[in-house]
Amino acid sequence: MAKGVMIVAEQRDGALRKVSFEVASAARKLADQLGDEVSAILLGSGVEGIAGELGKYGVDKVYVCDDAAFEPYTTDAYAQAITKVVKEKDPAILLLGASVLGKDLSSRLVGSLATGLASDCTDIKIEDGKMVAVRPMYAGKCYGEIVVSGSPQMASLRPNVFAAAENAKAGAVEKVDAALDASKLKTKVLEVQKDESGKVDLTEANIIVSGGRGMKGPEGYGILEELASVLGGTVGASRAAVDAGWRPVTDQVGQTGKTVSPNLYIACGISGALQHMAGMSSSKYIVAINKDSEAPIFTKADYGVVDDLFAVVPELTKECKKLLG
Amino acid sequence: MNIVALVKQVPDTEAQIRVKPDGSGIDDSGIKWVMNPYDEFGVEEALKLKEKAGGDVTIVSVGPARCVEAIRTALAMGADKGIHIDDPTLNNADAYTTANALAAAIKGIPYDVIFCGQRAIDDDSGQVGSILAELLDLPQLTIITKLDIEGTTAKAVKPIEGAQLLIESSLPCVITAQKGLNEPRYASLPGVMKAKKKPLEVKDAAALGITADAKAQVAKTTAPPSRPPGKIIDGADAAEKAAQVAKLLREEAKVI
Repeated sequence: MAKGVMIVAEQRDGALRKVSFEVASAARKLADQLGDEVSAILLGSGVEGIAGELGKYGVDKVYVCDDAAFEPYTTDAYAQAITKVVKEKDPAILLLGASVLGKDLSSRLVGSLATGLASDCTDIKIEDGKMVAVRPMYAGKCYGEIVVSGSPQMASLRPNVFAAAENAKAGAVEKVDAALDASKLKTKVLEVQKDESGKVDLTEANIIVSGGRGMKGPEGYGILEELASVLGGTVGASRAAVDAGWRPVTDQVGQTGKTVSPNLYIACGISGALQHMAGMSSSKYIVAINKDSEAPIFTKADYGVVDDLFAVVPELTKECKKLLG
Repeated sequence: MNIVALVKQVPDTEAQIRVKPDGSGIDDSGIKWVMNPYDEFGVEEALKLKEKAGGDVTIVSVGPARCVEAIRTALAMGADKGIHIDDPTLNNADAYTTANALAAAIKGIPYDVIFCGQRAIDDDSGQVGSILAELLDLPQLTIITKLDIEGTTAKAVKPIEGAQLLIESSLPCVITAQKGLNEPRYASLPGVMKAKKKPLEVKDAAALGITADAKAQVAKTTAPPSRPPGKIIDGADAAEKAAQVAKLLREEAKVI
């Protein structure tokens, strides 16, 4: 009988990622409702030392698979090992972070475990002893409540949505031998090219300053970069700006880009096409700066400024600098 | 080279999505249907590979009769033939069932590379490519922005948070396309004419020897939470308005 809540913890370069603490905290809540334990699987090379940190966020037990083949991440190695551990430990619920690698891994596990996955969820609860996962569909134009009939019931959780809450548990570490079949490893990471700018990914940013067609060209983004830097935020863009070649595709927010949920989203010169608003409407606070008072973005904004963004943004940067001293 | 590209037909990005009053799904009346934008990148990459290495491109799609339009669009772009999996038991199927149907159809044809979009913009699940890869016991390269295939080796660039990975895989493999991979071509008028004569096979679940086996169901669909109406900031000039916004963000919203 499947029992307990298990999470897959994600680490990068020997440090646990924030999303892992968010997932652990969400798992703790579910487990408390079910009266069960939370376990975690942590894969990597030389990661035993960080496993205990998961205990701080409510994990009772951490299974550590330590093998050079787990650094860096490959789908083959991770899916093979996790499938084995999950089949052995038989959790009722399996949660992962919906990071880029979490998405890659979780969808592969659907095949290897022959179960269902609610991906990129924004809420999760227990109803009648079963997991019910809430997730945006159509980039947030509607929401679906998902129930999984396979076992384990799997969900991946959108980064930045679930709070990482300290709730100390044992976090007992147990080493597990993954017994990898190397003949099944068909992919290899040749190179990891780090972005040295220190820019936080849009999906994990707390503050996003985003620019659209109203920026008039790539050089206009300088003032957004300045505001973002004062606020400790990340610059995003609308599809119009990306398609015009003003910003890289990794900056795009919307239905064919990234769906984001920061604490603060500042939309500058963005009219608010449906596909854009779908991607950012779960932001906690939205500021819109646009000359056109009729722009649809104002229907979603908590604070709307009808004015020329090239006049407002530098002033806003100045004011924020003052406040943040 | 035997190349397969998967396509899904989805509502256009500008479509209003209305939830049915009983929460059983979305009201799809009046919706304009298009090929999933991420699948367009997959089809384009398939065609580029065919131009480079030779061979042919087979389009495979699961969905009701209307999906023929998406397959014909891909054929008009330059793909060679299509397989349409059309069965009422597979409409609105979950990712597992869909991947099973695709796997059954693809097992019956030769393949070296399988392309699909990294996700479909309707249910946003982003699962089918990976499940398919597992069911066919193939390696996967997901959410790829750059690809180079030489001989039986694929090298792909995959952006992750704060870094880019350069990954190598042996063929055959499944590759899921992300925006940035290429610029999809438009179907030319002669292409559209030719597409009408290209072979298109229709198969149902029985012909594939599969039955729907849903592992995840949408129990209820709801409209997104509505946002309370916001404030339009008054002020004599840009500086005054900016000062007010900064103050509100600090004191009311407490987000800076």
